Amino acid sequence: MSGPVGEAAPVEVLDCRGQRCPLPVIKLARRLPELPVGAVLRVLADDPAAAVDIPAWCRMRGQEFVAAHDEGPGYDVRRAG
Amino acid sequence: MSASPVYLDAATAAPPHPVARQALLAALDDGWADPARLYGQARRARQLLDAAREAAAATLGVRADELSFTPSGTAAAHSAVLGGLAGRRRVGATLVHSAIEHSAVLHAAQRHVAGGGSAVSVPVDRLGRLDLDAFADAVRAPGVALAALIGASHEVGTVQPVAPAAAACAAAGVPLYVDAAQLVGRVPVPAGWSVLTASAHKWGGPPGVGLLVVRKGTRWESPWPADERESGRTPGVVNLPAVVAAAASLRAAAADAAAEAARLAPLVDRIRARVAAEVPDVEVVGDPVDRLPHMVTFSCLYVDGEALLHALDRHGFAVSSGSSCTSSTLRPSHVLEAMGVLSHGNVRVSLHRETTVADVERFLAELPGIVAALRAEAGVVGL
Repeated sequence: MSGPVGEAAPVEVLDCRGQRCPLPVIKLARRLPELPVGAVLRVLADDPAAAVDIPAWCRMRGQEFVAAHDEGPGYDVRRAG
Repeated sequence: MSASPVYLDAATAAPPHPVARQALLAALDDGWADPARLYGQARRARQLLDAAREAAAATLGVRADELSFTPSGTAAAHSAVLGGLAGRRRVGATLVHSAIEHSAVLHAAQRHVAGGGSAVSVPVDRLGRLDLDAFADAVRAPGVALAALIGASHEVGTVQPVAPAAAACAAAGVPLYVDAAQLVGRVPVPAGWSVLTASAHKWGGPPGVGLLVVRKGTRWESPWPADERESGRTPGVVNLPAVVAAAASLRAAAADAAAEAARLAPLVDRIRARVAAEVPDVEVVGDPVDRLPHMVTFSCLYVDGEALLHALDRHGFAVSSGSSCTSSTLRPSHVLEAMGVLSHGNVRVSLHRETTVADVERFLAELPGIVAALRAEAGVVGL
């Protein structure tokens, strides 16, 4: 699946493939606050739990989950604040 | 670690009820013969089996000839799904089920699909409650042979809308199978179902006994090779001493159920409130109100579920988890996934008749430190 037209391209890709949850979420939580507000970070993670846990982390932390991509699989997160 | 262990996994297997132990030992001496034979020892075994069936049926409010004992709750669930589908194969080959059924039901559904049938999974909301409109739409579709709905989530405790789901099924002429493993012996089972299953070790009976109830008039056909035992619903000689113990403990558990629910629900409320307040970055999941009285589930951000279970075990607490690292398949719980809630660092706590206020207090006193230590070890404090 791909995101909507006009979706911001990720400024950075975090490759967490081969890592088991919660590691991809921890890497995301470390890196996203270092990016400017509005920037999109793509997390590549092949642990199936990431598909659940990255959107859940965004909800708990008030960050914006933008889209999931089959390739990677990848998860785009925008720093909302 | 010097304190006595605290067992908090009744939703997997409740500690045996004292009545179960007494009945099991008595029936070992008296109920070893094959109840189908025509001699004195067999007649005694037949009397014990008939009495167990009458007692279990009376507790559930069903007819004795509607109830069969099975070798496990899983076997009962497989029989319910595959038999319900087989009995209505002339109508169609579609199974409608919630996304949060027990894996025994989903595995039976996979078998059905592998054999050329189809299955429709109906979603739940963030609290783990069935999307009733989607369920009603799905059962109205042509070719639906059977619908399956778990009575309450075995992972997060959210009670499902069984009565309105049964009404939707009745309007569509589709039989409803209810997996009542977490209800029977604890809370009343809603009416309207056609097939029901339960598992004795969830209510304090022995392991290795399931219940399969098929209401009169339901088109159900055994999916197993022919065998005349248990009204032809489940093959093989039943484990009669265990069946006797299951029936006796069911009656005892059901008699105490309302009082136990009233005692345990406030303890679950206490756990929900204190975990949310005293463990940082935790998500308490499941419906806070419309839930089972004995179960609470939460997920701790940045914590590895397997590490958390081991740490709790070292401190003397037995709990279970839906985190992927604790499953043999390395997949997160399909229930947490369907709800869209955090799956790592997940803990399910389930209470039982031996759980004391002191047990719960000790768990609540030690949990925040255990989680904090794991987070410090992983270097995720303050994230």
